[in-house]
Amino acid sequence: MKHLLTAALPRDEAIALLDLAEDMHQIQDRDVKKLPALRGRTVVNLFFEDSTRTRSSFEIAGKWLSADVINVSGKGSSASKGESLRDTGLTIAAMGVDGVVVRSGSSGAPALLADWIGRPVVNAGDGTHEHPTQALLDAFALRRRIHGADASRGKGLDGVRVAIVGDIAHSRVARSNALLLPALGAAVTLVGPPSLLPPPAADGTRLGVRAETSLDAVIAEQPDALMLLRVQLERQAGKVAPSPAEYITGWSLTDERLARLPKAQIMHPGPMNRGLELSSRAADGEASTVLEQVTAGVSVRMAVLYSLLASDQGGSR
Amino acid sequence: MTQSRIVLGPDEIARALTRIAHEILEANHGPKDLVLLGIPTRGVHLAERLAARLTDITGEDFAARTGALDITMHRDDLRARPTRAPHPTRIPAVGIDDQVIVLVDDVLYSGRTIRAALDALSDLGRPRAVRLAVLVDRGHRELPIRADSVGKNLPSARSEHVSILLDEVDGEDAVVIEDGAA
Amino acid sequence: MTTPQTGTPQTGTARAGTTLVTGAAVLGGEPRDLAIADGAFVDPTTIDRDAAEVVDASGLVALPGLVDLHTHLRQPGGEQAETVATGVRAAAAGGYTCVFAMANTTPVADTPAVVEQVHRLGLEAGLATVRPIGAVSVGLAGERLADMGMLAGSAARVRVFSDDGHCVADAELMRRALEHAASLGAVIAQHAQDPSLTRGSVMHESPLAAELGLTGWPSAAEAAIVARDAMLAEAAGARLHVCHVSTLETVEVVRAAKAKGIAITAEVTPHHLLLTEELVRSYDARYKVNPPLRADRDVRALREALADGTIDIVATDHAPHAPEAKQAAFADAAFGMVGLETALGVVQEAMVETGLLDWAGVARVMSTAPAAIGRESGYDAPLEIGSPAHLVLVDPAARRTVEAASLKGRSTNSPFLGVELPGTVLHVWHGGRRTVMDAEIAETQVQA
Repeated sequence: MKHLLTAALPRDEAIALLDLAEDMHQIQDRDVKKLPALRGRTVVNLFFEDSTRTRSSFEIAGKWLSADVINVSGKGSSASKGESLRDTGLTIAAMGVDGVVVRSGSSGAPALLADWIGRPVVNAGDGTHEHPTQALLDAFALRRRIHGADASRGKGLDGVRVAIVGDIAHSRVARSNALLLPALGAAVTLVGPPSLLPPPAADGTRLGVRAETSLDAVIAEQPDALMLLRVQLERQAGKVAPSPAEYITGWSLTDERLARLPKAQIMHPGPMNRGLELSSRAADGEASTVLEQVTAGVSVRMAVLYSLLASDQGGSR
Repeated sequence: MTQSRIVLGPDEIARALTRIAHEILEANHGPKDLVLLGIPTRGVHLAERLAARLTDITGEDFAARTGALDITMHRDDLRARPTRAPHPTRIPAVGIDDQVIVLVDDVLYSGRTIRAALDALSDLGRPRAVRLAVLVDRGHRELPIRADSVGKNLPSARSEHVSILLDEVDGEDAVVIEDGAA
Repeated sequence: MTTPQTGTPQTGTARAGTTLVTGAAVLGGEPRDLAIADGAFVDPTTIDRDAAEVVDASGLVALPGLVDLHTHLRQPGGEQAETVATGVRAAAAGGYTCVFAMANTTPVADTPAVVEQVHRLGLEAGLATVRPIGAVSVGLAGERLADMGMLAGSAARVRVFSDDGHCVADAELMRRALEHAASLGAVIAQHAQDPSLTRGSVMHESPLAAELGLTGWPSAAEAAIVARDAMLAEAAGARLHVCHVSTLETVEVVRAAKAKGIAITAEVTPHHLLLTEELVRSYDARYKVNPPLRADRDVRALREALADGTIDIVATDHAPHAPEAKQAAFADAAFGMVGLETALGVVQEAMVETGLLDWAGVARVMSTAPAAIGRESGYDAPLEIGSPAHLVLVDPAARRTVEAASLKGRSTNSPFLGVELPGTVLHVWHGGRRTVMDAEIAETQVQA
């Protein structure tokens, strides 16, 4: 692995990364949260789009591995003054950094930077394309819930049924999970209003997996996990997206729907719109993995940075 | 042509471990506060074998005082070699603070692994003392480190390769020297 | 075969004498001789062979000079990407002797001053005839009609009007434009793209677009406008030309309109005949174009439609861009590809080598028909005695790999860089004047 641009990883590689994240996760219990593995390495968080959560998570991950982490925000930088994406990338690479973590509003920007700058690039979310570390942390948190924290190593998510609910069409989280979770053996169903589902392929699948419009029908199948996505209805208000009232009626995880899901894990990538995507009871209940997902984020990102940057010889594990 | 010869067989390894177990107890004046930490991968199995002997000798549950200490993140050659996957670190419930830690490894050579282990240990807590037990010491130290207990001193040339085979990993117990000049 | 050298006079021979082209496969037919004198084709049996410049064309195909109804020359305003002078170099190198220059310049070609400037720059550049296209609406804003009569009556003799780059989306405005064009003997060339269906669209709407996270451009956004405009053209008794048809659905609409007797013509670009959306997987903005590269089924439908006459012509939509406009994320980069220098090779690959079109057919869709739509005279009797000597000699057996360094235009945003294409344009005459010799621009001829 030279870059992490997509969550489309082979099963063994994905499990190896999750296992590595388990090793990294141990640091959470320590007084001294510092490993020297990336001492002397410099990582740039190049964020063309605001995201305090993801940026902080990568920053902590890099620092716990003893890397020097520098944050470059797209806003206010030369990138917003008409400098081309290529020039921005080449400029940062020329400063001698060892790796670049990129968040961009433009799908494909990390892949282009990876080609241009010849340094390891981590996709921290690109447009409506992918968010691979989010999918990895979702898989990590879910694997711990399914198998138990001490018994997750080496395991996939075989036979685990996951429903992903919300604005699938514009969600990079949905895309990356629709790639990663099936590779780990899970059965993914995408659920959302028809106007917020991506176009179907010839075989009826969307993003390569099953898609449904009725959340109630999917709940009746008793999935093992329900992942609610952040919905930004104001973005396409009225025209493409349903009204908030209609959305809640059809696709919100209300208390009433929660009661019909006694065994499912409730996941959300955050930040949550309580009352819209899910009720407070769903967000705060025993079944909610929301805070575990955040914790997992640091461990998974440590695993990714370690894999890409620890060795000058790169990838082969 | 690669020449190889067996320098320790199963019985000799078993006798060496029994002797080391006694030495550990002797040096510590009994079993009090002892914690064994094996360095993956073979050091972990050796630590478990030592723990079984210590349990037999003392009647105390040494399985509960034995764990694993991974040193991958603390190695000084991470950059120069292909990316290594770390192994889990398992610290016994008693923790390491104010305990007497016995690091267990299969071969003592340059001393760099033990240096990394001491660093890893200091990130986890503050032991009262740290001891080192190894099955084989083949010399060629690059750091001022020595073992407290050694199964066998095995002077060897740098060009030679010393392999420790353990039943748990390799299906047999043996220490083998190979001529690496091939 | 090798490039014919024997009989070719030394470079720079600019005498206004006669030229004898021997053994050319005229329109792909049996080899025969062609003769040029005083800018026109003459009977080769009547000339003094000893005094003529002789070009051995054995193994070469003779085609009429190509006519591109859809070229962006970028001047005025976009000179960092292309100028009239550099654009006609690209045109000549590609075998073109006439290009129609689109109106989306800065300022827009909505006044006689702009179209006359472009026309004059074309005359100065020499290598090919430049026919300015006039804007349909003032500033391409789609609100008020440009003064079409003034443009038609200017020295530039505008006969094609287009807001290309933008769709004339307002139905009322389109209706009036068609009515006005009919009275001027002109044609409206519509960029068919319903803007409300294509907000933020950057590639073909498809499962691949969903996978790549790029906003899709649905086929219906093109076909729906073409259907509407066909009805408007019929009612107005006007001629409608559809720019860059890209989908199966649009082909069906055009076919139905033609069956109904509506005066509709349509063009397809070379890139839509050969390339598909799969290329966008790389996120390389060289593959970003409007309308976007489509699916396999569309490519097949477009080829069949060009072969059966539903689509009348090939037009390049040559759209040069400076490098910085393409060194961006896919969604942020500029739309467009250069195409003048690769068009003939692509058509040979997509249409001739597949058996869908013969060389006479190529001459029809790349020269005779586009000239007729644009009301450019001199192309109606290709290579016949008495016609202006617009001539291209192509080596159909040669293959070449397209390289940025060998492109003659100012910009290199070609989707075919590194791609091997058949056919090499070896020699071109524009009105009897040599513009390309041995695949290089015949510079001395221009200054003569």
